[in-house]
Amino acid sequence: MGLTIIEKIMQAHSDEPAEPAMPGKIIWIGIDVRSARDFGGANVVKNFREHYPSQKVHDSSKTYFTFDCNVPANTIAYANNQHICRGFAKEQGVKLYDVDAGIGSHVMIEEGLLAPGETGVGTDSHLNILGAVGAFGQGMGDQDIAFVFKAGKTWFEVPHTVRIDVDGDLPDTCTPKDLTLKTVGTLGTKTCLGKAQEFFGPAIDKLNLAGRITLASMATEMGSIIALLKPSEDVLRYCSELRGAPVQPTEPDADAAYSGNATIDINGLKPQISLPGTPHGVTDVDTLADIHVDSVFIGSCTNGTYEDLKAVAGIVKGRRIKPGLFGSVVPATRKGYTRLLKEGHIETFIDAGFLVSNPGCGGCASGQIGMTGEGQVQISTSNRNFAGKQGAGDTYLASPETAAASAILGHIGTAEEVL
Amino acid sequence: MTEYSGRIWLIVDEQGKLIDDIDTDMIYHNKYLAITDRAQMGQYTFDNLEGYRDFASKAQKDDIVVVGANFGSGSSRQQAVDCFRTLGVTSIFALSYGAIYKRNAINSGFPILEIEEIDMEALATGSVATDGSAATGGVATDGSAATGDEVTVITEESVVKKGEKVVIKFKQMSKVQKDIHNAGNIFEYAKGL
Ligand code: SF4
Repeated sequence: MGLTIIEKIMQAHSDEPAEPAMPGKIIWIGIDVRSARDFGGANVVKNFREHYPSQKVHDSSKTYFTFDCNVPANTIAYANNQHICRGFAKEQGVKLYDVDAGIGSHVMIEEGLLAPGETGVGTDSHLNILGAVGAFGQGMGDQDIAFVFKAGKTWFEVPHTVRIDVDGDLPDTCTPKDLTLKTVGTLGTKTCLGKAQEFFGPAIDKLNLAGRITLASMATEMGSIIALLKPSEDVLRYCSELRGAPVQPTEPDADAAYSGNATIDINGLKPQISLPGTPHGVTDVDTLADIHVDSVFIGSCTNGTYEDLKAVAGIVKGRRIKPGLFGSVVPATRKGYTRLLKEGHIETFIDAGFLVSNPGCGGCASGQIGMTGEGQVQISTSNRNFAGKQGAGDTYLASPETAAASAILGHIGTAEEVL
Repeated sequence: MTEYSGRIWLIVDEQGKLIDDIDTDMIYHNKYLAITDRAQMGQYTFDNLEGYRDFASKAQKDDIVVVGANFGSGSSRQQAVDCFRTLGVTSIFALSYGAIYKRNAINSGFPILEIEEIDMEALATGSVATDGSAATGGVATDGSAATGDEVTVITEESVVKKGEKVVIKFKQMSKVQKDIHNAGNIFEYAKGL
């Protein structure tokens, strides 16, 4: 019987590569990239020092720190924690992407740290974004990561894989985020809980890397271990260029065994939005058209790429966001920011009335560029809208295009209404 | 520990149903993330979970916590496991767990178990004060489905008993979970590899 992508990756990295990596089996796998971010990083260091006093990490060239949660630190606690990580990184000869670099998972892709078929772990619960390039990424707690820093490997229970067929082409009025929200809304948190997902269909084949990142980033919200996409030609070329050598995709066997199937119908899809409280409470944007909006956040690991923000610039250029509305734009990485700056898009955001912040998680994690107060209504392009996550107000999740249009309109609306 | 007893907390909604999808922000809110000292963590447990904001002040050593599906979904924060340890909670029983949460708990040797069958009725009736006040354990917002009952977990038999009655049947731990648990945590476990 054939293997799915995750089974192949796990088997290739297993301590016993000759043994098939069947779902449910617990195996030890080698980890190509081990990382910690500022959130959790200090705890990783603390655990490491406690359990491995004055010892070296397994392989400093495969170990990284990426600061993105609170950048630069705006609480003393975060400042302390970041400084602990810096000290440890120096002592261990480990590379550290400091507060100016951007969101760790994106930096790893942009820097070519992870290529298709490889494995990476970190303290970021959205590290499974690496599924966007067909790599296995997994977020873990700080003890888990401290252990991997030392051992270079860890145990995994090989997950079952759910095959998801996306039926239809993405309409011009929709974006990868709409496809993603439709998927999250359809599958909820139970269908894929603890399982890997593989996506198929013409709309998936056509997704560019930014769109793949958006889809993969919300595997976590579906309770899934990872959403794996077979890399496209473009993705392979991009990863190969970064590596300076051709990279090989890991593809599922034709007779791979899936533990379940689901179909997402995107024929005639309309822009999607998720209601405050849970990411999977998804509906059509046009059902909420008269809801007043106070605040718009565009960024995060789900929708902070150059491509996402360029699309926003296309909508807000020559327009102004509604007076009284607070709008913020936070590029995911320094590289993306620089490119937007050079092409004049940053100026477009500022002219439109947005606050533009330095790259990182921005409004997503600690409310660094503003939180919502009670009664405030926010549209965010991130991946989570649990109560209290981004403040005391109500947060809707939508695409950058919908968020941008709503900022101009002052109420929930689609790009079509603005353009 | 093959057999242990403690008060049981049923984490339920107003209908008396075990709450699903309790995420890590409800268990241990992101505003406390910078805390690295385990002794400080317990006091914030569930303080963002409606109906259970005062859990930490009511919890006692040896308490047992019962929750619904997808418990601990969300972020990778270890604190959401460690906070229970600080309080002296001995184990958690859930219908299922978020994947990262499961790993965190297993690697730190904290027993989390998966419910196969639960007799909510038997658990919900008994020593429950109508106003919830005397039910020292799980107090639902309306006190209805809460019990502060003493139960016994019998690991060998994979059951939880209230008196003589089996109220929960749970799945056996996987081998790796058992081994890590017996060793104490993954660090200790790895020394024997
Ligand atoms: S943007 Fe938000 S969800 Fe993404 S890594 Fe940062 S904090 Fe986590």
